[in-house]
Amino acid sequence: MRFLARRLGFYLLTAWAAITLNFLIPRLMPGDPVELLVARMKGNVDPAAIDAMRRAFGISDASLWQQYLNYLGNLAHGELGRSITFFPTEVSTVIADSLPWTVGLVGVATLISYLIGTALGVIMAWKRGTWLDGVLPAATFMHAVPYFWVALALVFVFGVTLQWFPVSRAYGLDVMPELSGEFAQSVLYHAALPAVTIVLASMADRILGMRNVMVTTLGEDYVVMAEAKGLTSRRVMWSYAARNAILPNITSFALSLGFVVGGSVLTEIVFSYPGIGSMLLKGVENEDFPLMQGIFLVISLAVLVANFLADLAYVVLDPRTRQESE
Amino acid sequence: MKIKIGAGILVFFALMAIFGPLLIGADPAATSEDGLQGPSAQHWLGTTQTGQDILVQIVYGARISLGVGVLSALIATVLAVAVGLVGGYVGGAVDEALSVLTNIFLVLPALPLIIVLAGYLPQRGVASVAVVIAVTGWAWGARVLRAQTLSVRRRDFVQAARASGEGPLRIVFYEILPVLLPVIATSFLATVVAAILAEAGLSFLGLADLSTVSWGSMLYFAQNGQALLIGAWWWFIPPGLCIALIGTGLALVNFGIDEIANPRLRTIKAPRKARA
Repeated sequence: MRFLARRLGFYLLTAWAAITLNFLIPRLMPGDPVELLVARMKGNVDPAAIDAMRRAFGISDASLWQQYLNYLGNLAHGELGRSITFFPTEVSTVIADSLPWTVGLVGVATLISYLIGTALGVIMAWKRGTWLDGVLPAATFMHAVPYFWVALALVFVFGVTLQWFPVSRAYGLDVMPELSGEFAQSVLYHAALPAVTIVLASMADRILGMRNVMVTTLGEDYVVMAEAKGLTSRRVMWSYAARNAILPNITSFALSLGFVVGGSVLTEIVFSYPGIGSMLLKGVENEDFPLMQGIFLVISLAVLVANFLADLAYVVLDPRTRQESE
Repeated sequence: MKIKIGAGILVFFALMAIFGPLLIGADPAATSEDGLQGPSAQHWLGTTQTGQDILVQIVYGARISLGVGVLSALIATVLAVAVGLVGGYVGGAVDEALSVLTNIFLVLPALPLIIVLAGYLPQRGVASVAVVIAVTGWAWGARVLRAQTLSVRRRDFVQAARASGEGPLRIVFYEILPVLLPVIATSFLATVVAAILAEAGLSFLGLADLSTVSWGSMLYFAQNGQALLIGAWWWFIPPGLCIALIGTGLALVNFGIDEIANPRLRTIKAPRKARA
């Protein structure tokens, strides 16, 4: 398990870097964030909010080192300060309320996009030279499209023009958020367009990446050997070629997660989906620095966890990483 | 073929950004009585709510969007070259530290970080937005360049330079750097596209300089002007399409290069088909 231990060590280091970066940003950026806020609000700030902000930033006359230790101590207790937008609610409460929506939407959509995209890549590599190659230009185009623009287009076509799907909120105004079939139905119905946006915008990368690796793998001797033995096409395609081609695909998938999450943040905003992407926008609009920073931290940690899960999948699929420990 | 189409698209947009505003002459911010009109002979791409001509905005927007993209890619590439080449050549603890730094920036989600950084900017001008995007966008290039440097440093001419007593800085920047120029150019182009996307996202949130017209700020005003609900498709389609086309152009160039390097990727009728 040396592979996993090394990766875990790296993620812990990265988590520390994200936490420290979060501490340094308000101190390194030009100007005092609190005064910046007061200036932008032209003085119309609740003194209690100013005080809360100073405390949230931990900006005091103490030495930088002491401030850092205080910050780490607060963080260890899950304290991210108080939100200015939702004063006096704790930032951690705001995030806890919105995070499940994001994890549900982005997690499921990313998984669907990964599975479909990878499978399509495998099939397109196997059947290259046929009409399936016609998908390539479309995939090349989709791979460069901004997420929020896909979202706008879907809202326009399926939301406004055809009126097939709702274009905002996570569930209907007429249902109560409770454990009922009706509520679940409403949630799925409302998640349809945002999920399709994320799937469409992120799938092209998987198709193109998997196809390229797969084409290279198909030229390997063991694939030719498998065919020569008279194995069925399906077996050669999935058990011999795809099984090996998927390893670099998982690595590139893990690296693209940050990008997918960034795109999903904007997607949520287009659909007014009540996840942390929309909260981030609220934080930005209201100069709510504690909320913005808390959300950045949570998103970063979530991406790290997702990366670690991808590593676990890698270990399951690649026996070599397991042999290392022997 | 792919390279030609891709390069054609990139050159088209570059020319549009440089010369377009001179040719078109109109003011992108100028309003008129003809609000929210669809494409017509007078306004080829229609008008916004306040009667601004969308085509004029697209042409001027190209300048800001590409300008921010190129400026921030320049900064990011300088960072990537410094980190990648030094790490790859020096090796040891320095390389170890720079690699960890690179990998950290690769894993951290860039857009949320850019949003937070931009939130703190006292003034959100074109230059400061470009710097913020560059700070988060150098890691990929650094990683690629480090790997390339590792292979180049073992070559004979580098050994010869070292034997003849050249200093490490000179070797890195005068001997190794020129050999890596094609790789640097590719990574620069990829960074331009990533930066254009980041700028669009930032402007769309209203976090960039909204007094200048960029493709992102056009989308911001389209979204806030309820373009979708009014059905003004001509308002939000062109800016996104331009961004996607630039990305497509770059991808075509990259795929074309890949196909030269790896002939199997070409989409010709492969012999395998006969059996399948």
